[in-house]
Amino acid sequence: MTTPATVSQPAAAWMAGSAEPAALRLAEISAGYGQGPAVLEHVHLAIARGERVAVVGPNGAGKSTLFKVVVGLMPHRTGDVLVHGHSHRAGDCPSIGYVPQREAVDWRFPLSVSDVVVMGTLRQVGWLRWPGRGQRAVAQQALEQVGLAQLANRPIGDLSGGQQQRVFIARALAQRADVLLLDEPFSGVDVEGQEAIFDVLDDLRQSRVTVLLSTHDLEMAATRFDRLVLLNRRVVADGPAKTVLTPDRLASAYGGRLVVWRDGQHVAVTADEGRP
Amino acid sequence: MLNFLTEPLQYAFMWRGLTAAVMVGLVCAIVGVFVVLRGLAFFTDALAHAILPGVAVAYLFDGAQGPLFWGALGASVLTALGIGALTRDARLREDTAIGVVFAGAFALGIALISSMRSYSVDLAHILFGNILAVTNADLAQIGLFGGAVLLIVAGVFKELVAVAFDPSHAATLRLPQEGLRYLLLIMIAVTVVVALQTVGAGLMTAMLITPAATGYLLARRLPGMLVTAAGVGVLSGIAGLYLSYYLPIASGAAIVLVATACFGVAWAAAQLRRI
Repeated sequence: MTTPATVSQPAAAWMAGSAEPAALRLAEISAGYGQGPAVLEHVHLAIARGERVAVVGPNGAGKSTLFKVVVGLMPHRTGDVLVHGHSHRAGDCPSIGYVPQREAVDWRFPLSVSDVVVMGTLRQVGWLRWPGRGQRAVAQQALEQVGLAQLANRPIGDLSGGQQQRVFIARALAQRADVLLLDEPFSGVDVEGQEAIFDVLDDLRQSRVTVLLSTHDLEMAATRFDRLVLLNRRVVADGPAKTVLTPDRLASAYGGRLVVWRDGQHVAVTADEGRP
Repeated sequence: MLNFLTEPLQYAFMWRGLTAAVMVGLVCAIVGVFVVLRGLAFFTDALAHAILPGVAVAYLFDGAQGPLFWGALGASVLTALGIGALTRDARLREDTAIGVVFAGAFALGIALISSMRSYSVDLAHILFGNILAVTNADLAQIGLFGGAVLLIVAGVFKELVAVAFDPSHAATLRLPQEGLRYLLLIMIAVTVVVALQTVGAGLMTAMLITPAATGYLLARRLPGMLVTAAGVGVLSGIAGLYLSYYLPIASGAAIVLVATACFGVAWAAAQLRRI
C-alpha cells in the first residue's frame, strides 16, 4: 500500500499546493518559559499524512518544548499549529496522540494497563459519565494493535519501559488520534523493546498514521527514519539523513560538543552528554 | 462484648458523634485519594491551619454560637484560591508559597483568638476538634457539604484521574486543567471545614492522608484504593470514638491514632508481600 519512497516528497507536494493539507503543520512558532528567552524561534514544519519524522538535536535544543507546544501544554508566543488544516486553538481541531517521556509519568499510580488505555476514550464518553463496556472494548482492540492484549489487567507499573511506551501508543489509538507525538520513546528501553516499538510504528505507517518523535540517538534516526528534523531553537535542517546529518549542519546545531560524523553508511555518534 | 458496643449508644451525643465520624471519615478518605495521588499533603495541612482567622472572626461575632462554619469555609476557600493563584506562574515554588501563606494566616488567627477571654479553651477546640459537641445542625451541614463534594467527585472522577496521572495527555484531550485544579483545591477546602469539628485543624491532615495512603499501599487499582480508604476512614472514626469513650483520651487524637495503626498494618503487609 505505502511505497518505501522518500517520504519527504508528500510534504513538498503539499507546500507546492496539493489538495490535502499537511497532517501537522507548524507555522512560525516561537516559544519560551515565562518572561525568559525564546527556546524556539521561527519554527516551520510541515508533515504529510503517514510520514514518520525524527526530531534530533542537542540537549536544550527545544525538542521537548516543541512537543509541549504542539500538544497544547505550553503556550506559544507567535505562530500557529495546524492539525489537518485546523488550528489547534479551534474547537474542531482533531486531537493529537501524545506519548510523554517516561520520567514525566508516575508509574506507581494505581491503574491497570486497560485503565490507562480507556483514558484515551475520555472525550468520547463526555462529562459526568463513566466509561462503559464499549470503551473497554475499544481499549482492548487498541492493546491488540500494539501486541499487549494479554497484559490488559496488569498494573501499569509492572511493565517494562518499552511496553509502557506501547501502552501509551494504544491510548492514542483509543483516542482515535492519527497524528502521534512521541517524546524520547527509546530512552531507557532495551533493544528488544525498541524493536517492538518499531514494529508498532511500522503498522501505524501502514494505516497512514503520522508520527513525529524525538530522539537523541542520531544513529537510530539516520538508519530508521526517512526524514529528520535537526533542531536547535530553530529548524537547522530538514530532510533525509544524508542531507541533514552533514558535518557543517551538525557542527552548527551541536557546537563543539560533537565528535565525528563519517560519511557513507557508517555513523559515528555525538558527544552529546546524554539526556538532561 | 455486645454491652461494650451498645453502652455508649444510650447517649444522644454518641449517636451524633458517630454519625459525624462516619460521614467525615468517608468524605475525607475519598477526597484524600486525590490529595495523595497529586501530592497535595502539605497544601492540605496548610489549608487546615489557614482557616483559623476565619473561625476567629466568626467567633468575634457571637462566641461559640457564631457562624464558625461559614467563617472557616470562607477562609479556607480564599486560602485555596490564594495559593492556587500564587503558584500559577513559576515565580515561587509551590511549597514555598504554601509555607508563606499558611503560616501568616495561622498567626493572624492566633492573634485574633488571643485577644478573646476564653482563649485557651476555644483554641483547643479549634485545633483538636470536639466531636461530642456536634449538634444536629452541624450534622446537616456536614451531610450537605460532604455529600456535595462526593457528588462532584463522582461526576468528574475520570477527568480528575486523567489530569493527575498525565497532564500532557489531559492537554491533548483539551480538558480544562486549570479549572479542574481549582475545583480540586476548593473541594479540599470544603472537606477540611466539614472535618474541622471531628479532629480539629491540628490533626486534619491525617484524616485526608492516612486512609488514602493505606489504600495506596494495599490496592493496585483505583477502585480498590477508594474502597480501602473509605473503609479505613469510617472504621477509624467509629473505633476512635469508642476508644475515647472508654479511655481518657481526646476523640480527635483517638480517631487519628486508629487510622495510623491501620496504615502501620498495611505498610507491614506491603513489606511482607514484597519479600
